[in-house]
Amino acid sequence: MKLETLVSSSATDTLEPDREPVDPPARVPVVKAVAEEAVSGSAPLETVLSARGATISYSGVPAVRGVDLEIERGAITAIIGPSGCGKSTLLRSFNRMNDFIDGASASGQILFEGHDVNAADLDPVELRRRIGMVFQRPNPFPKTIFENVAWGPRMAGYTGDMADLVERSLSDAALWDEVKDKLKNPGHSLSGGQQQRLCIARALAMSPEVLLMDEPCSALDPIATGRIEELIESLTPRYTVVIVTHNMQQASRLSDITVFMYQGELIEVGPTERIFTNPERQQTEDYVTGRFG
Amino acid sequence: MTGPGAKSTPLQLGAPRISADQLSKRAGRHIKERAIGLSLLACALVSVLVSVGIVTVLLAEALPFFEAVDLSDFLTGEVWTPLLEPRHFGVLPLVGGTLLVAVIAALLAVPVGSLAALYLAEYASPRVRKWLKPTLEILAGVPTVVYGTFALAVVTPVLQALLPDVRVFNGLSAGLVVGIMILPMVASLSDDALRAVPRGLRDGGYAVGATRREISVGIVYPAAFSGVLSSYLLAISRAIGETMIVAMAAGSTPRLTLNPLDSIQTMTGYIVQVSLGDTPAGSIEYQSIFAVGLALFVMTLVMNLLSQRVKRRFREAYS
Amino acid sequence: MSAEQSPSQAAAFTADSARRHRKDRFFRRLARCATWFGVIMLAVLIGGILRDGAGSLSFGFLDSFPSRKPAIAGFKAAIWGSLWAVSFTALFSMPVGIGAAVYLEEYASKGRLVGFLELLIANLAGVPSILYGMLGLIAFVRVFGMEEASFMGLSLPFGRSVIAGSLTLTLLILPVIIISTREALRAVPSSLRQAAYGLGATKWQCVRHHVLPAAMPGMLTGVVLALSRALGETAPLIMIGALTYVAFIPETPYDPFTAMPIQIFNWASRPQAEFHHLAASGCIVLLVVLLGMNGLAVWLRNRAESRMP
Repeated sequence: MKLETLVSSSATDTLEPDREPVDPPARVPVVKAVAEEAVSGSAPLETVLSARGATISYSGVPAVRGVDLEIERGAITAIIGPSGCGKSTLLRSFNRMNDFIDGASASGQILFEGHDVNAADLDPVELRRRIGMVFQRPNPFPKTIFENVAWGPRMAGYTGDMADLVERSLSDAALWDEVKDKLKNPGHSLSGGQQQRLCIARALAMSPEVLLMDEPCSALDPIATGRIEELIESLTPRYTVVIVTHNMQQASRLSDITVFMYQGELIEVGPTERIFTNPERQQTEDYVTGRFG
Repeated sequence: MTGPGAKSTPLQLGAPRISADQLSKRAGRHIKERAIGLSLLACALVSVLVSVGIVTVLLAEALPFFEAVDLSDFLTGEVWTPLLEPRHFGVLPLVGGTLLVAVIAALLAVPVGSLAALYLAEYASPRVRKWLKPTLEILAGVPTVVYGTFALAVVTPVLQALLPDVRVFNGLSAGLVVGIMILPMVASLSDDALRAVPRGLRDGGYAVGATRREISVGIVYPAAFSGVLSSYLLAISRAIGETMIVAMAAGSTPRLTLNPLDSIQTMTGYIVQVSLGDTPAGSIEYQSIFAVGLALFVMTLVMNLLSQRVKRRFREAYS
Repeated sequence: MSAEQSPSQAAAFTADSARRHRKDRFFRRLARCATWFGVIMLAVLIGGILRDGAGSLSFGFLDSFPSRKPAIAGFKAAIWGSLWAVSFTALFSMPVGIGAAVYLEEYASKGRLVGFLELLIANLAGVPSILYGMLGLIAFVRVFGMEEASFMGLSLPFGRSVIAGSLTLTLLILPVIIISTREALRAVPSSLRQAAYGLGATKWQCVRHHVLPAAMPGMLTGVVLALSRALGETAPLIMIGALTYVAFIPETPYDPFTAMPIQIFNWASRPQAEFHHLAASGCIVLLVVLLGMNGLAVWLRNRAESRMP
């Protein structure tokens, strides 16, 4: 994938103004990182996101300490751990949403497709175009349903058929049938679960490589939660999903890989089934069996 | 009382240690409390008295005027010469002057104030905001007579140097200075409205890869629009009711014109002109100021009510 | 659903990233200029007034009465007149304004009466000051004053006096005091009230001994700001007839008077250029007094903030 466009133009004022849009090549693995905790067995996996010694602090207090992690392309990775263990902070560091928090500082490396996301010449706006995020509380824009999905692509200069893009995104988010007759209604008129699916559609409309989800179901009722979980499963292997959740059952249902964090450190990572039935570390076992947290 | 199956014996009350008397409302203290409450209520009701007073005074003193002058002549007449023969009592030139000044003021204050609000709310760091916002608010505290002096001493000469045909008294000078006066109002109230928009909306915008400008202009400003609009309406109402700047800088020639370089007169300016003169009470000129005052009251009341109605819609969305 | 992302989707986002960032930077600069415009205007205003009026500022200016000759005209009557007017305004407005705020905030149950009064007060705050002058003219000056025409038939010896002016200004700033006092009262934590009631205090005891002292710095800040507004008002005083040629200091509240803004207005309206300089000098004095009052208000507010836990 052409990544020159990630190079930030905010660093310099002079950049060649006209760049021809080029068809990207078919997806080619850019980085084949050797996972430190290698998942045994299968064919070589692609890493789309990785953290190398990532430490993130708020006003000097570390929330994430020295985390090394590889996120596999096309899989659902769940990050679990008790409140305050740093999982949301880690998630937000992937798309540089921590930039908006006063006093946040980071060391170590976060790599997206092999590129350091914190590099001075990397454009965070372009980064966030390619890494989508869904938040804990649904936050649709105060616009119509159609506009909610269309706004992002429009800002990014989408030249194709917008109505078609909106329909595709809403379908991928399992919302199309429910809203196709009321696209002009405001986003807020939908129920909580529908709003969250609208936010997912909005993120999908940007054709991201990765979708980050920060406890997307915690504000929803069980039925809405179930529908979103089904939706998440349908998104792979087309998209890579990283989901932070405090709901262990959800993690075990949905994910291929589970990451357990505690007090800012990555304790263990591995295939979900192993983490939940035969974890290597005692702390992991204590957490997943409910002895604490 | 112990053991299974034991029945409890009824409790025996001894002589009560506190009498009902002691717990009852004390007459003396109660009366005092009520008296205090009522006098505080009276203080609050003063506002009712004042409101009634304003309306009554305006209506009562303007009544003789409207007995002498036809209402439709007043509202639609285009000549206002109550002090000269032949007398005409069409209020439109005064209303026109007021609106000309208010529009010029709004053309300055609304865009500049909104941009300032966007800067304060979306771009400025907390440190800069901390002193920048209060400094802007100092502008709001300057007495209007000082603004009027400023208009005469600085703004009009500058305008005269830049443009041809600018009279000593003109609507543009007054309009610009009124605009500067209401600028902090627009900026501060709009800033409050923008900050009331929940953070999650901005996060959603960043998450789809948009720039800060796209989010501020495309998401936050529209979301805050009714709050922002209510600040515009309030500022325009203030501009309409402004007296000293226009009395000192706009002139005293009632003239229905779109030319801001000419001398005009506003409703408030007329009232001041007559009050400073030797108009005897009971004369038609004296009564005319109350008629104009009534018109002014209605105009500002409508703007204020509109502003409040719009703001309520905003508060409903974000509380 | 297709397994692979269609290449055409990713290619269709054509917006030039550099251009979007340029627009962002341009907008930021534009918005910052707009904010600085206000600050610059303030500097130009103060600079212009200073340049025009500093020359005629002198102790003599402060100590002389106005005169037809600009060289010996002074601001004394205006300064003292303002002082008298604002003092009486404070005397009248504080009890009524604070009383009304205490009623609305502590005594009244949240119902239709409170909502109605709030609406009324908010609208009163937006009435142009000149209309308050009209009310003052009829209610305080005329009700008895020199003219025959009377309004209510009550006899109060006001006329064009300090009292009439103060009462008019009181009515003007009453809504401002009520609103700011209510905010100060609201800032007092309810735990304080609960503690007092828990000990068996009556409502008035709680308010008088606990709530009011706690809210005092905030309340005083609001009062000082409202009074500084009254100090700068011209239009209502013109309406009630504060004279523009007063060569004495009031000795009783029933005396006529002038005020700083009135004197400034009068000088600025004269054709001679020397009087225009005097007007600017008067502006400087007025601004200095207001600066002092606002400084006091800020100091009070800081005290309020340091006291609250």
